[in-house]
Amino acid sequence: VSRRALFLVGLVVALVLAGGVSQFASSDPDGLTKVAADHGLDAKEREHDLADGPLSDYSAKGVDDDRLSGAVAGTAGVALTLVLAGGLFLLIRRKPESERQDEQETVDA
Amino acid sequence: VHVPDGFIDAPVSIAAGVVAAGGVAVCLRGARRELDDRIAPLAGLVAAFVFAAQMLNFPVAAGTSGHLLGGALAAILVGPYTGALCIAMVLLVQSLLFADGGVSALGVNVTIMGLVASLIGWLVVRAVLRTLPYGRRTVLAASFTAGLVSVLASSVTFVGFYAIGGTTDVALDTVLGAVVGVHLLIGIGEGLITALTVGSVVAVRPDLVAAVRDRLPRPALLDAPPTEAAA
Repeated sequence: VSRRALFLVGLVVALVLAGGVSQFASSDPDGLTKVAADHGLDAKEREHDLADGPLSDYSAKGVDDDRLSGAVAGTAGVALTLVLAGGLFLLIRRKPESERQDEQETVDA
Repeated sequence: VHVPDGFIDAPVSIAAGVVAAGGVAVCLRGARRELDDRIAPLAGLVAAFVFAAQMLNFPVAAGTSGHLLGGALAAILVGPYTGALCIAMVLLVQSLLFADGGVSALGVNVTIMGLVASLIGWLVVRAVLRTLPYGRRTVLAASFTAGLVSVLASSVTFVGFYAIGGTTDVALDTVLGAVVGVHLLIGIGEGLITALTVGSVVAVRPDLVAAVRDRLPRPALLDAPPTEAAA
């Protein structure tokens, strides 16, 4: 299996999970939220500062259909995370010898 | 375990932000050694995959769900430094765009789910891989254990933050028991998803998995496709 194939399969899986499977996810509060509510840890919880954002709570504002709204938000999140993380990693990666020499020459010049 | 705004007081949230920033700086340096042209795009995909998997809440008890944290998974696949950065990026996107996890709690969340989970997950998986003879079952067992222990470590670290900066006055042993108790169940789910995902990648390209790369029997290394450079 080539790296490219692995990348594409992984990306498709991520998009299907975020855009499709996520609508079948449990909507019960998660462990921390539940415990916090049961024991009162959340008495001073504040509403999220960005609660009115276009993708807040994993639903795309302006898309009326709940499923579609969640699918759009999930897909956008996967794409955005891929671009930001992938971009960061390409930026900080170990450069191949040749490229490093090029940079050195540019610096010298 | 996404901590919202207002659970932890301002001074401790700021202190956690400093810890998180320092940890991320260390990871940015350490990740250079883990990342090259081949791995960098795949590491970006790991972050995107964790984002997707975190949307899938699974039921753990009556009226309670849990979801993957992904720190152990990311560390196993791409190494502890890059793994922690993957989670930090996911948390940043979630907090700023999806209103999931407080902006003021970002330092707490990056510390517990990014730094602690990735580091502990990595240490556990490496310890198990060193102890048992290499094989499919060992990889699965090591991944499961790393996932489980990483979630417990995250939840204990959260209770630590609560102990020094909690905004409410609930008895600590109650908080510890309740938080760690529910995360034991979530940790089992984490372990299963981690083992399933790592197992799938190891089945096709074990040479791309950071935690097992140096444990592979020699023939597998020699079998690496010669066209790799061109791919």
